[in-house]
Amino acid sequence: MATITAPTSEKAAPPGILTHPATRKLLALAALAAVLVPLAVTQWGGATWPSALTVDVSEPLGRASDWIIDNRDSHPLFLYFFGHVSNIVVVAVRAVYLALLAVGWAGVTAIGALVAWRVAGVKLAAGTAAAFLACGLLGMWVPTMQTLALMVVAVLASVGVGALLGLAAGLSDRMDRVLRPVLDTMQVLPAFAYLLPVVLVFGIGVPAAVLATVVYAAPPMARLTSLGLRGADREVLEAVESLGTTARQRLLTARIPLARKELLLGVNQTIMMALSMAVIASVIGAGGLGDRVYQALASVDVGAALAAGIPIVLLAVVLDRVTGAAGERLGESGKSPVTWLYALVVAAAVALAGRLAGFLDWPDGWDLNIAEPVNRAVDWMTAHLYSGVPVVGGTADWAAHFTSWILNPLRDGLQWLPWWSVLLIVAALAWLIGTWRTALTAVLAMAAIGVLGVWDPSLDTLSQVLAAVAVTLVVGFATGIAAARGDRFERLLRPVLDVFQTMPQFVYLIPVVALFGVGRAPAVAAAVVYALPAVVRITAQGLRQVDPAAMESARSLGATSGQQLRQVQLPLARPALLLAVNQGVVLVLAVVIIGGLVGGGALGYQVVFGLAQGDLATGLVAGAAIVCLGLMLDRVTQPTERRTTKKGA
Amino acid sequence: MRMRTTTALAGVAALTLLTGCGAADMTKQASPYANAQGARTVTLSVQSWVGAQANVAVAQYLLEHELGYRVDTVQVDEVPAWDALSQGRVDAILEDWGHPEQEQRYVQDKKTIAAGGDLGVTGHIGWFVPTYFAKKHPDVTNWKNLDKYADLLRTAESGGKGQLLDGSPSYVTNDKALVKNLDLDYQVVFAGSEAAQITQMQQFAKEKKPFLSYWYTPQWLMEKVPMTEVKLPPYEEGCDADPEKVACAYPVTPLQKYLNAGFAKEGGKAAEFLKRFKWTTEDQNQVSLMIAEQKMRPEEAAKKWVDGHESVWKQWLP
Repeated sequence: MATITAPTSEKAAPPGILTHPATRKLLALAALAAVLVPLAVTQWGGATWPSALTVDVSEPLGRASDWIIDNRDSHPLFLYFFGHVSNIVVVAVRAVYLALLAVGWAGVTAIGALVAWRVAGVKLAAGTAAAFLACGLLGMWVPTMQTLALMVVAVLASVGVGALLGLAAGLSDRMDRVLRPVLDTMQVLPAFAYLLPVVLVFGIGVPAAVLATVVYAAPPMARLTSLGLRGADREVLEAVESLGTTARQRLLTARIPLARKELLLGVNQTIMMALSMAVIASVIGAGGLGDRVYQALASVDVGAALAAGIPIVLLAVVLDRVTGAAGERLGESGKSPVTWLYALVVAAAVALAGRLAGFLDWPDGWDLNIAEPVNRAVDWMTAHLYSGVPVVGGTADWAAHFTSWILNPLRDGLQWLPWWSVLLIVAALAWLIGTWRTALTAVLAMAAIGVLGVWDPSLDTLSQVLAAVAVTLVVGFATGIAAARGDRFERLLRPVLDVFQTMPQFVYLIPVVALFGVGRAPAVAAAVVYALPAVVRITAQGLRQVDPAAMESARSLGATSGQQLRQVQLPLARPALLLAVNQGVVLVLAVVIIGGLVGGGALGYQVVFGLAQGDLATGLVAGAAIVCLGLMLDRVTQPTERRTTKKGA
Repeated sequence: MRMRTTTALAGVAALTLLTGCGAADMTKQASPYANAQGARTVTLSVQSWVGAQANVAVAQYLLEHELGYRVDTVQVDEVPAWDALSQGRVDAILEDWGHPEQEQRYVQDKKTIAAGGDLGVTGHIGWFVPTYFAKKHPDVTNWKNLDKYADLLRTAESGGKGQLLDGSPSYVTNDKALVKNLDLDYQVVFAGSEAAQITQMQQFAKEKKPFLSYWYTPQWLMEKVPMTEVKLPPYEEGCDADPEKVACAYPVTPLQKYLNAGFAKEGGKAAEFLKRFKWTTEDQNQVSLMIAEQKMRPEEAAKKWVDGHESVWKQWLP
């Protein structure tokens, strides 16, 4: 990955080399290392993190967890605070769920379509109706409603919390300084890391699932709210101020309306992240569609997993498009409240008619069994591709080769490196690409992993991440370049990318095992599939946004197509490519962790183990190490100026 | 300024009102999806293995069609399921493989969970090799000879040692300690989930490759991939007391049912039915095979079994 992103400016003239910022940074680091490394080596030699520098937290954590379980029904903290929080969540989810059931399937479909029609037009209305009907046809109506109920509550709470935080950060510079690093960090954390602490307090079930979702989905809303408030046009604000308005009036009449676009984008992001979490939260008893996917995986039933996964994808695509369209249409006026009233009346009428006609539950006979054909296809695939394919060998052989030629040497190499040199490499990479602050955060995060006593498993996870990122970038850049240069190819690619980005990660864990066996190779494969769409998208977008004038002049100079790409497009798109690397790393980490479910081992396995055995000491330490690893990887690949980016849903 | 204090006061007052000033016991909260639309609901915990799915499928079918309940199922791992059961978020666990610590805490001390009797199925955990491999090398079925075959059982994941395939982290296992204490040249490789483990074993079996795996009976895969158990040093009462020092085989466990204490008392016909639910290993395997191998939907598999075994389930009805 270093070869792709290496700056081309190394051709600088020799006299200037000492003043080049990168060289200066490296020299400073080398000087620092020259002092510190001999000290560290004489004190604590060896490759792995010195045991003298670790802190064993398992005993206090174990005691804390026992204390919580024993006092959950008696201690005031639980009775008067967490108990009420949990109660409110249960009551709210239940209210929405009962309302959805009372409206019936015909009513829900009609209301969904009418709302989509009003905010986004006829085409999306038809799409929405079709999506709801498909959920019913797949035999997933009740689970879909359960997920929808949970989503409504979680999204409302996330938007509320996020907007409040964003408001605080947008209005006060001090709050902004405090919150920004926190929000930045939360956005790079894998969803799996959130589960354990919430379960610790609330136990398995819907309240824990909703709260974990809120923690995961609120940060983008907060970031975008703050961004919107800060980005408001100075001149407009001054004009409003000159009218003698109070601060509150200015906020309500000018700043918030001006930030509408960002606010809606925030809502959109929050919805997407909440949906992806709704599936992962099935591990802690969220119920609904995610639980169906999870149950299907237990019996290795890809077809059934897909039948529950498709409604999730449909919900995601519909919600994404409708909120997106609402954002684009914001400026337009001409929607009178009267048409809303009509829409409401029609919806109420349909719901009532459905009720009277007894169309509440989805009719029994109306479903489509897709599980069988899908399973047959998967069986065929694994039977014919697993091994013994002439010339190229089977997928099992690839996996074995990948493991023994790439993953094993990479892991062993990382674990062989002395611990201080790992810190040094991290510092160098982070400083070269960012500032001394990002370098310091990265080094501290890496050191924290050592202190927690999970140095070796973390390096194991790191080796999987590096291998997966390398594959993702090679494939992703190639596809992205192809998509940027061919309109037709991009049109073909778009729906595929949409589906892969919204498909719950759980769904492709089993086919991956069927193809690559158990171990680290399938974990890496799943991670590549998950991270690829975002990398392809960002690359294609970055290449397309290259100034047409620059391209034109290159062409007029007689550059060939390849030369244009190498010498003009790629260098000019460098920020986008760096962003793609950063996003790729973050997304890959999220799935490599989930790979613990298919034999990925290392940190992911420890989190799964902690959840499954209620062993918080193991789980929380691994979770904290994942957090540190995520932080380190993000800082090492983070360009100096971060933009607000889409984290793949 | 005064305005702000008033708002704050009003907020605090509203919050107090909203929360009802009282205590809220979160350890007694049902699932929000329970008892919707006036239906009587039972929430069953499904564990991640198929035998457990078979129990739940049949119980669900009979509860819905014979007793008129609505049944919700949630998949939760074993240990957290005990916690959820004590909170009333699930009403029953139909198949438990023995969790003495949890039993002490919830059944004896807190009395939030009540024992529900035998499931009728006896479970056993052990190390297994495929029968085609055991036939070729009969002496592999004793742990003392395992080291001879370490070379044959090597994979990319196990490094230079033989591979002992383990499954989901939620299962009861002493394998790491066993390998260490018996001084075997093996590496425990965790598949991470039973689904992954089964997929891997089926792939091995398709090519008649040897493997050594942590496995258990009753399990439907035994019918598809016949397996032979490897003898470990015999089990004696208490030999597995210290998890670090275990060097003996796994015990034979009569599988148990557990109900939430409140549900056991006030659950009416459903609770009575679940207490009486008891069937044999063959019955369970029949349903499991239909679900996992023929890929029938659990409710279809349950229907098929129920149609053919009226005399068995008639006795369960209250």
